[in-house]
Amino acid sequence: MIVRLRQPRREVEMAGGRAAHAVLHDLGLSREGHLIIRNGTLVPSDTMLDDGDVIEIRPVISGG
Amino acid sequence: MSKCRSCGEAAVVDLPRHNANFCATHLQQLCVRQVQRAISDYAMFDESARILVAVSGGKDSLALWDMLTELGYRADGLYIGLGIGEYSEESQRITCEFAAERGLTLHTVDLRSDHGFDIPTAARATRRVPCSACGLSKRHIFDRETARLGYDVLATGHNLDDEAAVLLGNTIRWDVDYLARQFPVLEAGHGFPRKVKPLIRLTEREMAAWCVIRGIDYVVEECPMAIGNRHSGYKETLNDMDERSPGTKASFYLGFLDRMAPLIRSAPQSQGAPEACPSCGAPSSSSETPCAFCRLESTSSSHEPVAVRMVLNRTARRAFDAQWGGE
Repeated sequence: MIVRLRQPRREVEMAGGRAAHAVLHDLGLSREGHLIIRNGTLVPSDTMLDDGDVIEIRPVISGG
Repeated sequence: MSKCRSCGEAAVVDLPRHNANFCATHLQQLCVRQVQRAISDYAMFDESARILVAVSGGKDSLALWDMLTELGYRADGLYIGLGIGEYSEESQRITCEFAAERGLTLHTVDLRSDHGFDIPTAARATRRVPCSACGLSKRHIFDRETARLGYDVLATGHNLDDEAAVLLGNTIRWDVDYLARQFPVLEAGHGFPRKVKPLIRLTEREMAAWCVIRGIDYVVEECPMAIGNRHSGYKETLNDMDERSPGTKASFYLGFLDRMAPLIRSAPQSQGAPEACPSCGAPSSSSETPCAFCRLESTSSSHEPVAVRMVLNRTARRAFDAQWGGE
């Protein structure tokens, strides 16, 4: 699956078949600091992701 | 498949601090109820109030403006052009489109054209941390425009994470004066407008989810000048604690409001009534010398314009180049 990250914008290829929170963990990202958007739809972090998915991991922390 | 705690339909977001998942409809219901509770608990304003919302193009201020108008309040927006390169250009575009699509009134002040400087230049000219120059400018202009345009109250999009992070910083320094003023309502007086923070019961993640669900376009990337600042560090620390023990942030800040703030606010305050700036008339510590904003404006407007990239630290510059392209 394709995982799109921000700050800075980039894409990484990762294997599917695991929960969204496991992907966050592997990337060293906190659940509280991010939303998971799968194929354009917001999903909970226990959602199982598939190889064909396009995932956006959207940070929510702003420093201003 | 996770199910919504309220209706059993497919959930779109998990909120560990509530130990629950919610569908789009019930997440919106939760958010609206939390805002209504904050407005009511702290008597922020009533239906007749003319509200000016400080909007930046970020998720919190646009979500706040969206919620207030949905709830039927008379809320207009005020955007300040800070001159932070492409980041400010995108922020302004998004804010203007949000207002235009909904037929809302948006006031705009531009630092460069109205005051002769921008934030990168101010930071370099005054050797201030950029966020300090930015905060000073925004506070001054929001206060001034709220009064000048005749609004009853200024509403800002500070959320629970913002306030918990500020509380952590104030507590680490035991800054009692700041702790005493850290309240969701600041009453009008001494030349200052009434200020309120209706989002204090909602986290950043909940506000971002609101925007995604409602289809609100907002600036997702952080301000390049704020990357790696101390405030962000406090937020990350609190999020680490919240991951291990969900609800820590809410307990820390809302517990402060319920149990500690009344004690601190009842103690004598060290600050007296401000005087008026001899240059602009705004509240100031002295009537003899110009206020901090006028001094900032005077120093910065005579300085040669400075590009954003030139005042970023190495980490922020790398992020800025990757996001917006190197100059």
